[in-house]
Amino acid sequence: MTEPVISLRGVHAELGSRPVLRGIDLTVHRGEVVALLGANGSGKSTAVRSVIGQVPVAAGEIELFGTARARFRNWARVGYVPQRTTAAGGVPATITEVVSSGRLSRTRFGLLRKADHAAVRRALELVGMADRAKDSVNALSGGQHQRVLIARALASEPELLIMDEPMAGVDLASQEVLARTLREQVAAGTTVLLVLHELGPLEPLIDRAVVLRDGCVLHDGPPPKAVGQHALPGHDHVHPHAAHDAEPIRTGLLS
Amino acid sequence: MEILNYAFMQRALLAAVLVGITAPAIGIYLVQRRQALMGDGIGHVAMTGVGLGFLLSWSPVWMATIVSIVGAVLMELIRWYGRTRGDIALAMLFYGGMAGGVMFINLAPTGSNANLTSYLFGSLSTVSESDVTAIILLAAFVVLVTLGLRRQLFAVSQDEEFARVTGLPVRALNLLTAITAAVTVTVAMRVVGLLLVSALMVVPVAAAQQLSRSFAATFAIAVAIGVTVTIGGTVTSYYQDVPPGATIVLLTIGTFIALTALATPLARRRARALAAALPSGDPAECAIPASRGTDGKVGV
Repeated sequence: MTEPVISLRGVHAELGSRPVLRGIDLTVHRGEVVALLGANGSGKSTAVRSVIGQVPVAAGEIELFGTARARFRNWARVGYVPQRTTAAGGVPATITEVVSSGRLSRTRFGLLRKADHAAVRRALELVGMADRAKDSVNALSGGQHQRVLIARALASEPELLIMDEPMAGVDLASQEVLARTLREQVAAGTTVLLVLHELGPLEPLIDRAVVLRDGCVLHDGPPPKAVGQHALPGHDHVHPHAAHDAEPIRTGLLS
Repeated sequence: MEILNYAFMQRALLAAVLVGITAPAIGIYLVQRRQALMGDGIGHVAMTGVGLGFLLSWSPVWMATIVSIVGAVLMELIRWYGRTRGDIALAMLFYGGMAGGVMFINLAPTGSNANLTSYLFGSLSTVSESDVTAIILLAAFVVLVTLGLRRQLFAVSQDEEFARVTGLPVRALNLLTAITAAVTVTVAMRVVGLLLVSALMVVPVAAAQQLSRSFAATFAIAVAIGVTVTIGGTVTSYYQDVPPGATIVLLTIGTFIALTALATPLARRRARALAAALPSGDPAECAIPASRGTDGKVGV
């Protein structure tokens, strides 16, 4: 096995006083594409947010590139795509301005040089938004906005991409662009950990699926195959989640 | 210009211009973080500093600077730790600061509520030499931070979670923003007063947004508006004998209304241009979606 890029051992985390992660073990090796699946409230978002240090860990160990997360400083190696709702400022900003933020981890004192501007431009081309570079992010559709956030993560030319529900609220055209972008990144050797609600159009890319339920790992192995009407092309997976706390995920193999 | 022949007017204009630059320069980050009223809170807390300055016979400007920095840091700490009752804690800080100011100034041998009024609503014509020195030093600090760290502050104010993953010292930058806002409040205290300072931090930014699509342009236009209204208000108050602070704030709001009226047709034209520039496969008008999977919204 190659060196682990992300390694979680016995990770516990709480939100308020509610335990959300109850001893998670998860290892992502170099070049792997791992999907974190599970129903709402299963802890999959909390798990990735604990990896990036946004959620404090009550117990257990997290390592990034073999370094304990608390001592990890080389953030330029990590590209993070948060859930879209977290990224909205109260002042207009152009797509270039937002994507340039992603390059800061490669700069000294926040000064962008020629090579940095070129990297920002390249990231925009990767997601097919280069022609909109000077437009305001406020004028974008959900899918376009998501592409901008992915460009921002790619601007630092990361070795590891962490994405939280990249397909949520994204129209079909943008889903295809996102899947293509991700395919190119994976082909270039990028390691990917992504939170998904369902496998969807990214399914062929995914090497391994880790399914969480109630803050525990339920399944760690090959991605479950969709069956029945879930397998139909263009199937839009919609069902109410709020009604049952521990509703099983409907990926077919497990439920 | 006879107005420039008077030393007190020279000082007043210099102080006004510096406030016109600094207040929108830090205000834009507060607006971006959706903490537009933070300046108002700091203004309340700064009153305790003014009162303490009178009580201890120390410069009210420097005392207010220290106390409002402490207040701003406390506010930032409350934001980190006090998740559930944060608003209550802030309310206590604001009103405690205001009550403290009134109390201290009445305990001071030389102070009365009349002194306080000049800090609450500004007293441009009584700006002294030492006030000007303090204002220049503090304004230099604010400009250095807001311009020098603009990319870092932009990233943190736009998306704190992402900024952390780029390795930026998010907490330090948040504290620096709070401290810079506190410094700006004391810079503006003599010009527009503690109760009106927040207007100069927020309204020029809101007005600039009517014309701009980028952060950089919003920043530049907001500062330009800030300088224009502070000079305009100061000159008006000289010729018309009206209070400068109130004049400046009303001029700012007037600018906002005028720009909004101007920008509405501009935005419409821009939207039409955008629709025309869209590739033909992407209709600007509603159409029946080709397949399920779109979220019901039609991109325009």
